[in-house]
Amino acid sequence: MVVAFAIIRRRSLIATAMLSSFFSLLMAGTFVLLDAVDVAFAEAAVGAGITTVLMLSALALTSSVEVQPLKSNWLALVLTIATAGVLFYGVSDLPAFGDAAAPAQRHVAPRYLEMAEFETGIPNVVTSVLASYRGFDTFGELTVVLTAGIGVMLLMTPGVRRRRNQKETDEDAT
Amino acid sequence: MMTSQHLILRVVSKILIPLILLFALYVQFHGESGPGGGFQAGVIFAAAFILYALVFGPENTRRVAPEWALSTLMATGILLYLGTGAASFLFGANFLEYGVLGADFVAGQLLGIFLVELGVGITVAAVMITIYLAFAERQG
Repeated sequence: MVVAFAIIRRRSLIATAMLSSFFSLLMAGTFVLLDAVDVAFAEAAVGAGITTVLMLSALALTSSVEVQPLKSNWLALVLTIATAGVLFYGVSDLPAFGDAAAPAQRHVAPRYLEMAEFETGIPNVVTSVLASYRGFDTFGELTVVLTAGIGVMLLMTPGVRRRRNQKETDEDAT
Repeated sequence: MMTSQHLILRVVSKILIPLILLFALYVQFHGESGPGGGFQAGVIFAAAFILYALVFGPENTRRVAPEWALSTLMATGILLYLGTGAASFLFGANFLEYGVLGADFVAGQLLGIFLVELGVGITVAAVMITIYLAFAERQG
């Protein structure tokens, strides 16, 4: 919470990037406490590591100081508070943390936990769920990563742009 | 640019980079029994390259990871995933149903998950390195 408020208050975007990295690290610690080691791993590597480096290199291309808005936007504040209110109202309806009767624990999770090791021969249930039971989802995620990579390549790589410009000038010439 | 100075950074990162790569491979191939898997391994693998690019500059990194190699690897990973999924067609099963790939059901699952995670790792690593280098080269 303290870090989140600090992120909002900072005007220097470099400080904001570092603080969100710190926030990711704290979240990774939280995931470890919740016994979600795989998620913590990903959060620490992606959130605290790579994202920060990407943020900083993006800042090197643009300005590193946040522009002060000219007038305060009251509608945005009202909307944010309303959304937060709806979300907190929704949270109050969720089952208690660790409730054995919660739908999330009753649906397919017990079957995975009981059968995954026999069905896939893999001790880490997370891996077997990701790669086997939910193989389609993981394939979709990988496609998202690939698409992101292709998008950045098209937008940023000098080679691609040069070739395209050359093609355009060629077309202009003809 | 940065290559002529920062002696400590250069020495320390030279020691660290092989260890990071080794750790990434460990996370990749040990993901079945410990925490981790393709995504995490790919990101850690890319982190080693990004550290190299931060300390030694993107030009030197391009000599290790040229653009054609990265874009080929990006496609190779996802094709490995797709190919593993499609290979189960040949044995009369549904898409991504690896049970049929091996001698028995469990062996097939092990092989399928191994290949799929490898595909994820390759694509994620290549994409992350590509994105970072694309940003870094714009600055230079």
